[in-house]
Amino acid sequence: MSIRLEKHWKPLTLDEVDLLGRELGVYQIADEDGVVQKIGYAGGKSLFGLKSALEKEFHIREGRPHQFRCEVTMQYMSRYEELLMIHQADHHSLPPENEEDRPARLGALNPA
Amino acid sequence: MDFSLTEEQKIILENVRRFVREEILPLEEKLDPDATQVGPQDQERLVSKVKDMGLYGLGIPPEFGGPEIDTVTHSLIAMETSQHRAGLYAPCYGAFGGAGLAQLFEASAAQKEKYLFPTLRGEKRGFFALTEPSGGSDPARAIQTRAVREGDDWILNGAKIFISGADKADYGIVFARTAPEKGRNGITCFIVERDMPGFHVRRVVHTLRSAHYATELQFEDVRVPHDNVLGEVNQGFAVANDRLSRQRIPYAAGCLGAAIRAQEMSIDYVKLRETFGAPLATRQSVQWMIVDNEIDIRTARWAVLDAAQKADAGEPFRTEAAMAKLLASEGAGRVVDRAIQMHGGYGVTKDLPLERWYRELRIRRIGEGPSEVQRLVMARDLIGQSLH
Repeated sequence: MSIRLEKHWKPLTLDEVDLLGRELGVYQIADEDGVVQKIGYAGGKSLFGLKSALEKEFHIREGRPHQFRCEVTMQYMSRYEELLMIHQADHHSLPPENEEDRPARLGALNPA
Repeated sequence: MDFSLTEEQKIILENVRRFVREEILPLEEKLDPDATQVGPQDQERLVSKVKDMGLYGLGIPPEFGGPEIDTVTHSLIAMETSQHRAGLYAPCYGAFGGAGLAQLFEASAAQKEKYLFPTLRGEKRGFFALTEPSGGSDPARAIQTRAVREGDDWILNGAKIFISGADKADYGIVFARTAPEKGRNGITCFIVERDMPGFHVRRVVHTLRSAHYATELQFEDVRVPHDNVLGEVNQGFAVANDRLSRQRIPYAAGCLGAAIRAQEMSIDYVKLRETFGAPLATRQSVQWMIVDNEIDIRTARWAVLDAAQKADAGEPFRTEAAMAKLLASEGAGRVVDRAIQMHGGYGVTKDLPLERWYRELRIRRIGEGPSEVQRLVMARDLIGQSLH
């Protein structure tokens, strides 16, 4: 199993988001070119899991086309940090929107 | 055995309990249920309050700047600091500091200067890497990471797994086989720096514990200076073993804190919650769960304090520490399981801390030596012979 999130991108629309389950998990938001803008998670405090977290992401970006992909997991916290560290290892920086809200202590991975 | 508290211990515990209830619990209302970190400002504020209490750096010997606290008092404090949602693996979000890597207290003067003192000042972080994919309960035989001497350096090759904090550390204490034919007398302990070429943190190992994850490490021809040997060549097993015994007492006490809080929550809840026209507390099946919880808690508490008292008296405490670890980790697991049963559906929601304690306590039966190894340790002492 790849440690990277490699699912196909879907358009960030309310119709697509409505098809999601209400589970907890992690997600990525990308611009039209597939450049990751944000890595996020739907944690234990999210009202309807990934669905409500991605609805919120849609409303923040309304009018500007974006894409998303997500992964259902109860280990959302460790998976979230892992995805941030992988992105940092691959691109030498965090996604732009995560730079503004860096975790207090983020580790570093050297994935094979 | 006299486990009555001194006046000083009562005051310390009152202060710590108030700190947990007034400072930590309100913060957790806003945090994700699986969080292990607070923001830098909150962290600074919490540490400052702990320093005001004179309790910062628990586990650090006084000669290195830690508080004058014996093992009994340390254990009692650990039973308090774990009485919140993140308390098992992030007690008070690190506000009490800690000894970090206790092995460094025995390091050379140069090693202390380079690694120990910056760690105690909070400038560097370390990790402890013993367990390998080939096993962790029997390190003397399971360690396959090799170190070969080459001039003034050692060349390390191998892998480690279930290593906490390696991705966030500056250096680590790593055990490797240096004399394959000598068994437990052929293992050496090295201080490996994170930026040494060939050192890799390959992945996060996802477990029941969503936060405070473990990692998998790989060593590919990592060149470590001979000056970074901790202790003596081929005597690393003693360094590892010493930690494993000492660590068991506060580890056991930490398990108990979650159990004590779960029991308090259960007693409050069963008095309020009604079924078929009467509070749950009036049902014999519930009363027995409360009593069984108390038996598990008190049994484990006595075992923890007995081990701590022997450690303070300079007496052998290996059997007592193993017994405390076994009783506390298994007993606390049962307590939280019953607490969930009494809370019904709410017990398994993320609205309450019980589900997190349930998951994390399952790991505590394995971490720092599984229950079966604790029994082997006790058997060896009781029967008086080495294990084969």
